[in-house]
Amino acid sequence: MSTHETVVSLSGVDVHFDTESGINPFTDSETVRAVDDVDLEIDEKDVIAIVGESGSGKTTLGKTAVGLQKPTSGTVSYRGQDVWKARKRFSNPEIPFSEIRRSLQIIHQDPESSLNPHKSVRSSLEQPLKKWQKGLGPEDREARILAMLQKVGMSPPHDYAERYPHQLSGGETQRVALIRALLMNPDLILADEAVSALDVSLRVEMMDLMLDLQDSFNTSYLFISHDLSNARYVAEHADGYLGVMYLGELVEFGPAKEVLKNPQHPYTKVLRWATPSLEITDETEPPVRKIDIPDPVNPPSGCRFHTRCPYATGHCRESAPESRSADVPEHRTACYRIDEHSDYWDAEPLEGAHVDR
Amino acid sequence: MSNQEALDPTASSTDPILEIRNLNVQFEMDRGTSRVIDDVDLDIHRGEIIGIVGESGSGKSMLASSLLDAVVEPGVTTGEIIYRSPDGESIDVLDLSEEALRKFRWEQISMVFQGALSSFNPTMAMREHFEETLEAHGYPVGSGMERAANLLSDLYLDPDRVLDSYPHELSGGMKQRALIALALVLEPEVLVMDEPTAALDLLMQRSIVSLLADIRDKYDLTMVFITHDLPLVTKLADRIGVLYAFEFVELADTESILREPAHPYTRALLNATPNLDAPLEEMRPIEGSAPDPVNVPEGCSYHERCPLATDICRDQPIFEQVTDTQAVACHHWEDIDEIPLTTEVDQ
Repeated sequence: MSTHETVVSLSGVDVHFDTESGINPFTDSETVRAVDDVDLEIDEKDVIAIVGESGSGKTTLGKTAVGLQKPTSGTVSYRGQDVWKARKRFSNPEIPFSEIRRSLQIIHQDPESSLNPHKSVRSSLEQPLKKWQKGLGPEDREARILAMLQKVGMSPPHDYAERYPHQLSGGETQRVALIRALLMNPDLILADEAVSALDVSLRVEMMDLMLDLQDSFNTSYLFISHDLSNARYVAEHADGYLGVMYLGELVEFGPAKEVLKNPQHPYTKVLRWATPSLEITDETEPPVRKIDIPDPVNPPSGCRFHTRCPYATGHCRESAPESRSADVPEHRTACYRIDEHSDYWDAEPLEGAHVDR
Repeated sequence: MSNQEALDPTASSTDPILEIRNLNVQFEMDRGTSRVIDDVDLDIHRGEIIGIVGESGSGKSMLASSLLDAVVEPGVTTGEIIYRSPDGESIDVLDLSEEALRKFRWEQISMVFQGALSSFNPTMAMREHFEETLEAHGYPVGSGMERAANLLSDLYLDPDRVLDSYPHELSGGMKQRALIALALVLEPEVLVMDEPTAALDLLMQRSIVSLLADIRDKYDLTMVFITHDLPLVTKLADRIGVLYAFEFVELADTESILREPAHPYTRALLNATPNLDAPLEEMRPIEGSAPDPVNVPEGCSYHERCPLATDICRDQPIFEQVTDTQAVACHHWEDIDEIPLTTEVDQ
């Protein structure tokens, strides 16, 4: 990765949820393995985009990375400090938890719900400055807020500062949410489907703004999306990384350009197919054996994608492939097909699947 | 559009199933009259899939609702929507009595909305939804349920499992497909879908779109697919209409929309669409913002944002035919290549 210092590092992170089994207290509870054994490093001024379907665990992974979700095993550290140890009382951490909290911010898919409907834009934005920049007087605070509004194109800023959330469009609300996160001077912003609710034509504008502000604020983004074309836009522009999640596992990870140019995992290829291009093509059949994602409560054995993968063999059902790299060292994929010597090639294809080299 | 001669010039087919003329939908508001459909003319051909694309607030959902005379109060729908049934009968949808309209919806034109989650009764199994719909319209339940099972398997669902489930036991994608099957169980001629896939994952969206094409062929349907997602609809539609500020600015076959869009807004929309293949530096947002329905600019409603705009654009452009299959409302369509199309991929 780059020469910058690592901001957040996840190592062997699992997040398992026990589901309550309804009104019968004697049945076994079931475990949802939302995130399973994920390693991830996020550097300063880095952009990492994570894509996957609903239920892939991408949001849980994001929340774990910014310290909002406690991993059931593995560690999450911020600049070397274990986030969950810092949170314990009397732990006397090198970096206090309040500073970690300030440094790791989040913007949500639905910005309306993250702004208080009874507060004007000005008072929503004053909050973080009052708390974290106590040296700033009222005039400086106001100047700072107005400058930010102007910068994100909400002009005239005086007018926008007095508005309430219901008087803003979806794109404007999302920009206010972004400003509010940035005013904390964070090292990392988790953008969870931050542009998905916007009109297609407004998404590029919002992503440009995020990238623009990244330069002035020296922040990193963990950009979560189900839409590969948005993930590509953000990650490639920033020379960042792209990770693909499937049922709790990171099945492919690497430099965004490389992953998109040369996708290795069959699931990444499926996501590529699912992203409509502006070309006229005749290919219409989904390149999966089943179009529904399996229940994350009982994920399939072996490689979790084997129930849908068009190339699965008996070997994929028996055991799970390790993540390894083929040509580019930073580009890692968990699939037997990248290993020429795997037993995969000699195993019988599963029903409906076929093996081609 | 004030000129009456512009009767959908792309209507080359002689067999329209729906003829929309001078369609207006307006809401009286304190700040003035909000015209959310402004004098729209459109022919929908029997057996085609027509995509209608527009941003939030362009009037696309109102157009969908008006096709079934289902615009919510206090909205007022005027104009004509002539439906030609397969046996040659013509019906003006806006003149139907309440009872006739109730039968007309579902049996002739059926509709699927975006929020599949809220379309089902959470206390009823899926089977009951199908049975209730069949009974309410006086259809035989036995053969109707056979048809339902066929439709569900056409949509890659396991009929027995789905019919015995309650809505909360199905995923969003499964519910949305079950809703499409429900909408088709009374054998309608036309299926109108308003953002039928917007709340779903891309993979599910794309899969549903490819299933819809098969369903159209199998059941001889006409489909109206309304969405903000231009790339998605190009995978399905035969023709695409682009709505801007409550009226059509361009209507053409899908290939022309993609290869040679003639309206500046269509080009801007294509250039603003994130996709996997176009060079990154050439994707750019559309300048300015969409107009307020109470205060739409005079003349061409796009002229305040348009790089080609001149004084003449203060007058309403006519909706004119550019080729046999393409019509556009723009004074400057002949100079359209001044706005480069950046989505072209080097093959």
